[in-house]
Amino acid sequence: MKKLTVSILQFPGTNCEYDTVYALEKLGHRTHIVWHKEETLPEKTDLVIVPGGFSYGDYLRSGSIARFSPVMKAVDSYADKGGLVLGICNGFQILTEMGLLPGALKRNNNLHFISKHQTIKVINNDNAFLNQCDKDEILTVPVAHADGNFYIDDWGLEELEKNGQILLRYCDSNGAPMVLNGSVEQIAGICNSRKNVFGLMPHPERAIEFILGSEDGVRMLKGFQNA
Amino acid sequence: MKAIVNVYLKEGVLDPQGKATHHALGSLGFKDVKDVRIGKQIILKLDAQSQEAAEAEVKEMAETLLANTVIEDYTIEISE
Repeated sequence: MKKLTVSILQFPGTNCEYDTVYALEKLGHRTHIVWHKEETLPEKTDLVIVPGGFSYGDYLRSGSIARFSPVMKAVDSYADKGGLVLGICNGFQILTEMGLLPGALKRNNNLHFISKHQTIKVINNDNAFLNQCDKDEILTVPVAHADGNFYIDDWGLEELEKNGQILLRYCDSNGAPMVLNGSVEQIAGICNSRKNVFGLMPHPERAIEFILGSEDGVRMLKGFQNA
Repeated sequence: MKAIVNVYLKEGVLDPQGKATHHALGSLGFKDVKDVRIGKQIILKLDAQSQEAAEAEVKEMAETLLANTVIEDYTIEISE
């Protein structure tokens, strides 16, 4: 197994960084928490994770202020060189605000903060993230968000479909599409066209122990060590 | 100088807050409401040389931070 050096970002208001450290260390990786004021990433970073939470209190728009933190310049050039970046929940919102991922995340259709275990279907697995999951496999992973309603215009959606950039869709326990929050085509996660930047609303780092309801997140996060 | 930036979701992008408020107004008996859009207003005080300079600067602010132009439109009003 390849032992990875994983840099996990921390902004004021981030609250999933320690869960993410716990999950990645459980998989045998080395982790660093990187404060948002840093201008560089730790040497030999193999993977950057932008974790969940409420950076800057979600003021203005979720993720809109965090994207201008000094560390994000380093993340931008890291991604530009082909480095692997994963944004979870608020991290996904930050990556779309930056333009590292297409689309945007709006307020949930029903205006509720949705917090529960949710079934999601693997749509594409030929990438550095979901390669340990089967295509069409149904995973159970917690979601916890108010702004998870993924929006993209028709042209953008066509591009995502054409390039195999749709990673996950919300589904019911039988795998049929399910409207959770109003996302276009029930999209729960996507990647960029180069397939090195990933974003999803569900929290794989919270699904790594059976006793806590699911360990499906283990196989999701394991993908990176085989990338 | 004062600048007022109004930010709202683009036409064609569903506004869940507007829709819920529309529904509530209907329940209260306000039957004439055709549509409700909810946005936000950002009020800035600036030291700018001219109205034109202020407008150009605020436009840049709107494009970079105040609005997400993937889903939102904005208007700018400048006054003394």
